[in-house]
Amino acid sequence: MSFLTIMSQLGSGFLTTLLIFCLTLVFSLPLGLLVCFGRMSKFTPLRLVVKFLISILRGTPLMLQLLVVYFGPYYVARLPLSGSWRFWAVVIGFSVNYAAYFAEIYRAGIEGIPAGQHEAARVLGYTRRQTFLKIVFPQMVKRVMPPVTNEVITLVKDTSLAYAVSYIEMFTIAKQIAAAQTTIMPLFAAGIFYYVFNFVVAWGMERIEKALAYYQ
Amino acid sequence: MKLLEINNLKKSFDNLDVLHDISLSVEEGEVVAIIGPSGSGKSTLLRCATLLETMDAGEMTYLDQRAVTTVDGRAQYADSATMKTVQGYFGLVFQNFNLFPHYSVLKNITDAPLHVQKRDKAEVMETAASLIRKMGLEGKEGYYPCQLSGGQQQRVAIARALAMRPKMLFFDEPTSALDPELTGEILKVIRQLAEEKMTIVIVTHEMPFARDVADRVIFMDGGYIVEQGDPVQVISNPQHERTRRFLARFSG
Repeated sequence: MSFLTIMSQLGSGFLTTLLIFCLTLVFSLPLGLLVCFGRMSKFTPLRLVVKFLISILRGTPLMLQLLVVYFGPYYVARLPLSGSWRFWAVVIGFSVNYAAYFAEIYRAGIEGIPAGQHEAARVLGYTRRQTFLKIVFPQMVKRVMPPVTNEVITLVKDTSLAYAVSYIEMFTIAKQIAAAQTTIMPLFAAGIFYYVFNFVVAWGMERIEKALAYYQ
Repeated sequence: MKLLEINNLKKSFDNLDVLHDISLSVEEGEVVAIIGPSGSGKSTLLRCATLLETMDAGEMTYLDQRAVTTVDGRAQYADSATMKTVQGYFGLVFQNFNLFPHYSVLKNITDAPLHVQKRDKAEVMETAASLIRKMGLEGKEGYYPCQLSGGQQQRVAIARALAMRPKMLFFDEPTSALDPELTGEILKVIRQLAEEKMTIVIVTHEMPFARDVADRVIFMDGGYIVEQGDPVQVISNPQHERTRRFLARFSG
């Protein structure tokens, strides 16, 4: 099998990888903010529960979490596991896990904003909501860009964990070809896909950082 | 007419008593300078007056609005509508400016009048333009705070406070983060405001400024008002030993 054939076969798997990646970001970035609010809540029981959930999500393997999400409906409610559920289980598993990490990144970003910003907003009469939306949030976004970029790049590579629930994406295909042809070439080709993907991701994130660099 | 009256204000952090029994009133058009060593409670007093800290006990009235009363030895703040009215009576200029870094000069000045006070846009823009002229910031409207000198930033901060049309302005060591040249620049602006009969309470270490511009000087130490009165009297001829010691280096 020629290198080009391998690449084209991986290409179809790559679209699945890309879909998982995009959907995970679409869900986890806002969900992370919600989790962050819970983590920073003045209502202690909520704060402690969220803190505990974050520690579970960060403290157990993502692969295990994917398995739990995938098989959960069957073990809890004896629901049949359909083919499309496989896909959504992967997206949900990734989204929840990444939301936990994003929440902690957002928290650091919010807590890093000088107290003087809150005080200035308060003296000017901004409501709490206005203070968050107009003053805190935009500054937080700028501050969290580097660690968020880190997570996004990790996510690109983590998508390969979907094989844990036998979901066919690029890496699964690469391993199948490698096993059938007894060659390491498909895995190498997959590596190139991941690298190029991440190169583009890093470039995109850098553009966003530059766009936010109009102030310090 | 009394703009601000504070009686028997007490404030402590954990077990540290920062303000002991502070009473203070400010007349409309008056310029009051608060001086004293670090840790004397000056800034805490200002922060209590501007509602950034809650007082433990005492009374506070702004114009016709009773903001704080004391019931059974504990301070009680008025309902939120009253506090909102009170909030609109004063402005505060910080030592570290605290401008919004992601907003341009113009937006720093106009955002709160537009979105907190919900004033007419044309009127706010006109007010901002005249404040920008007054503060010598023409041409800087589109700049961001990080592109300005400390003195320019502080002038933006003063314009931002004035754009809210407050009845009085608090300054918390407005020149302590600035070099002597920029300090002079800011003091000139404050002096001009004083001449226009703006009511001002300023915490400062600039003794010549306090003596020349203030109508009254308050000397604080250890959470007490040790001495207050005519600026020339307090600064050039202090009655208390503690005031004399504090001012020794300045007058000597």
